[in-house]
Amino acid sequence: MQSLTNRSKQVVKQELTFAEKIYLPAILNGMKITLRHFFKKKATISYPEVKRDFAPVYRGQHVLKRDENGAERCTACGLCALSCPAEAITMVAAERNKGEEKLYREEKYASTYEINMLRCIFCGLCEEACPKEAIFLTDRIVATSLNRSEMIYGKDKLVEGVNERIDISDRQTSEVIEFKRIRIFSITNCNCWN
Amino acid sequence: MAKVTIDGKSIEVPDGTTILNAARLIGGEIVPPAMCYYTSLKTSGGYCRTCIVKVTKGSEKDPRPMPKPVASCRTTVMDGMEVQNITSPDLMEARAGVVEFLLINHPLDCPICDQAGECHLQDLAYEHGLAKTRYEFSRRTFEKIDIGSKIKLHMTRCILCYRCVKVADQITDKRVHGVMNRGDVSEISTYIQNVVDNDFSGNMIDVCPVGALTDRTFRFKSRVWFANPVDAHRDCPKCAGKVTLWLKGEEVYRVTGRKDKYGEVKDWICNDCRFEKKATSDWKIDGPANLDRHSVISQNHYTLEEPAHKPLLNDVNVVQNLVGGKEMYNS
Repeated sequence: MQSLTNRSKQVVKQELTFAEKIYLPAILNGMKITLRHFFKKKATISYPEVKRDFAPVYRGQHVLKRDENGAERCTACGLCALSCPAEAITMVAAERNKGEEKLYREEKYASTYEINMLRCIFCGLCEEACPKEAIFLTDRIVATSLNRSEMIYGKDKLVEGVNERIDISDRQTSEVIEFKRIRIFSITNCNCWN
Repeated sequence: MAKVTIDGKSIEVPDGTTILNAARLIGGEIVPPAMCYYTSLKTSGGYCRTCIVKVTKGSEKDPRPMPKPVASCRTTVMDGMEVQNITSPDLMEARAGVVEFLLINHPLDCPICDQAGECHLQDLAYEHGLAKTRYEFSRRTFEKIDIGSKIKLHMTRCILCYRCVKVADQITDKRVHGVMNRGDVSEISTYIQNVVDNDFSGNMIDVCPVGALTDRTFRFKSRVWFANPVDAHRDCPKCAGKVTLWLKGEEVYRVTGRKDKYGEVKDWICNDCRFEKKATSDWKIDGPANLDRHSVISQNHYTLEEPAHKPLLNDVNVVQNLVGGKEMYNS
């Protein structure tokens, strides 16, 4: 039969030579390789004591930003959930009451906002879709868990603390803002009326 | 009968038909958009000017072109009339200007607005609008008003299309709201916080092309594209009972009239059906609502429909391109 690749070899069954029979050269050869690796630079690092450098736009755990006054930016418009290819995002909207203006920026806010981190593929489309600059992916790694329910991150884990702001200025440069503004109107022939 | 040609497509229509309706009979992308015209409301149309078209030939007897773009919803056809809509760059520029005027005072709160996703102004702005506004003055703002326990009025979003006024005049027995004041300061109002509680007042929500009149029972419950629209009916003593239910699982999020592809409701529904019957057991479900496949509401909704294009491998041209030559296809 013709082989699919040129890497296959015909099996040859023949008597071992004396040197092969005592196995010692083969063992020593193997030990030599092992010993050589003791003096090589390690390929691994001992995370979490040592951390590797991340790209500035690494896509890790999400953050729901607050504005400069500490009010939540998210208005539960649902565009992140709509754009999410893994359907990982769910939210429930609520109306802001009088007196909550410092908590929520817009008259509507997300009363619950959940991202299923087991579903999320960290593609960053939610960040791209967000019209309010509310959701961003950060360079934080999502911690693993032995429990499925713990992997559904609610607002308690997603919204940044008022005093512990998460810096996203690396990913929100002026070019990014300009790109987001122009891209919205780049599709001209949408034929919405028919 | 009159023969009218719109963007090179001819049709014979009865005398007295408007250009807009003639275009709708032809169908396709040559249909002018309409924000204020509503087929089932008499005397509607003529306010918003989005449906303007260019008449390049008045009629067979008088072939002079009309001097200015005309509102197609109010202009009737003449025999031999020739009309340009999307084929005229001048007209598209004029319409973009109309859209810019409509958007002058309209707030940019689509992420909040319940109408987003089924808003005609959103579609229109997306197709014709500019990314920037040239308006330097502050937009007019209003307080939100509850007109009755079921309808919320966001006057800020209103484009003064008068549709809701026509509904109150023609569908309900007593109109208690209207357009107050004139010109730049005109607004929809009930004058002294009057309550709109007529049995058919909920239809004002359906006819509103923007999010100025919204359903308070649906307020902020869900974005329209997350709900699953199905056609349903019930035996209603007051109305036809033919509605669209917006479901999420078994829960009825809201009830609206059945809209056709121009966003118009033919069978008005009563407030009982719209606001009170919010259980699936109240309704007999006919099947998925017939929505445009390209609408955001159709996202992630899969229904079987007639394929518009032949299946790939039955198409001679496609197969020829795939295998690279007619000979191979024939042999």
